[in-house]
Amino acid sequence: MAEKLRFRDPELAKSIAQKIREVAPKDETVKICHVCGTHEWTITHYGLRSLLPHTVEVIAGPGCPVCIVPAAEIDEAVQIAQKGVVVTCFGDVLRVPGSHMSLLDAKAAGADVRVVYGVADAVEMAKRERDKEFAFFAVGFETTAPSTAVEALGKPPENFGFLVSHRLIPPAMELLLGVGDLQIDGFIAPGHVSAIIGLKPYELFPRVYRMPTVVAGFEPIDVLMGIYMILKQHAEGTARLENEYTRIVKWEGNPKALEMMERAFAVTSGNWRGIGRLPDSALKLREALSAYDAHAKFGVKVEQGKDILLGCECHLVIIGKIKPDECPMFMKACTPAKPIGACMVSSEGTCRVWATTATRST
Amino acid sequence: MRLDGSKAQVDFGEGVLREVNVTLVEAKVGDYVLVHAGYAIQTVDEKDALETLALWKEILATGEE
Repeated sequence: MAEKLRFRDPELAKSIAQKIREVAPKDETVKICHVCGTHEWTITHYGLRSLLPHTVEVIAGPGCPVCIVPAAEIDEAVQIAQKGVVVTCFGDVLRVPGSHMSLLDAKAAGADVRVVYGVADAVEMAKRERDKEFAFFAVGFETTAPSTAVEALGKPPENFGFLVSHRLIPPAMELLLGVGDLQIDGFIAPGHVSAIIGLKPYELFPRVYRMPTVVAGFEPIDVLMGIYMILKQHAEGTARLENEYTRIVKWEGNPKALEMMERAFAVTSGNWRGIGRLPDSALKLREALSAYDAHAKFGVKVEQGKDILLGCECHLVIIGKIKPDECPMFMKACTPAKPIGACMVSSEGTCRVWATTATRST
Repeated sequence: MRLDGSKAQVDFGEGVLREVNVTLVEAKVGDYVLVHAGYAIQTVDEKDALETLALWKEILATGEE
């Protein structure tokens, strides 16, 4: 398929950039916010900001699922590991700081912490090693939650528990609109979250908040088109919900995945690192599956953790208030090799993306 | 590539084959799927992809939407 499709075509990119310049305002700034670590990667890796006129600013919202896991939940995973339970997690989660230590620190001190490609691999491990207890640290947005749901509903072995830290994107987008001095003019909605949830959850943004909202894919052409579609709406003075990513995102999303999520999880309020508590923004296992809830199974509950270390500006980077290089520690005390804040840890974190592509804001 | 109940062998390109869980999608052998953490989360509509690109080119050529 790749050879036939040209979603990275430089000529097409140049034409879209030209259209963007034509439609962009001349004397006011338009601020477009995306909420996906992969969008930030595409924008930074392909240098898309350099193609935009100075009146168009693209900022990164809370789109890194690993970055927003609060320290308290890292602490819970660490405590479970310290009890002799095998903790399985995605690779990105390993170095995220807890209040006292990361899972990698716990591993270095002798705990059995294992990186898996997905939850299915963790369940397989538990089936093979019946003499050990296992927990899977279920981090991620709506893109990842369905896989956790399938395994939770699929009768996992008795020696298996889920530490569910899934979060939902639309409540975070709504929060950003309430941050007074952020002044967002349009949303690029995340493509792969939308592959699951469809378009309906975004309806309120144009309707209630008059916010142009475009679901976009992850190739450079997708992102540029998404920016163009928002600017066009802005120029017309309208606010609509549009879908740039029709090859993946359907209006109804993925009904099967939504149905399984609904069966496995209840929606609850949840803490987001750097943001605080958001109502109806997190998932927890339903009562019927409570036997697999790692909190009860392994007897851990941490109410409050230390999310942001002194001097770290992750809380401002996460909501797009500042750019990574506006943090005094960026690439000085805090580097990909020795990250201090969560945004530098994950490959989807804004600081990490900027650090590894050597982009600076000008 | 190959389908066996909820598991499928998926070609990730350049010879990389991996088992992927296809519970969440209606996929048949030969379909393209979007894979996230070992799970196919959506089938990819190739026809739609080609039409999208054609449409973008048209929009850019005419300036109309």
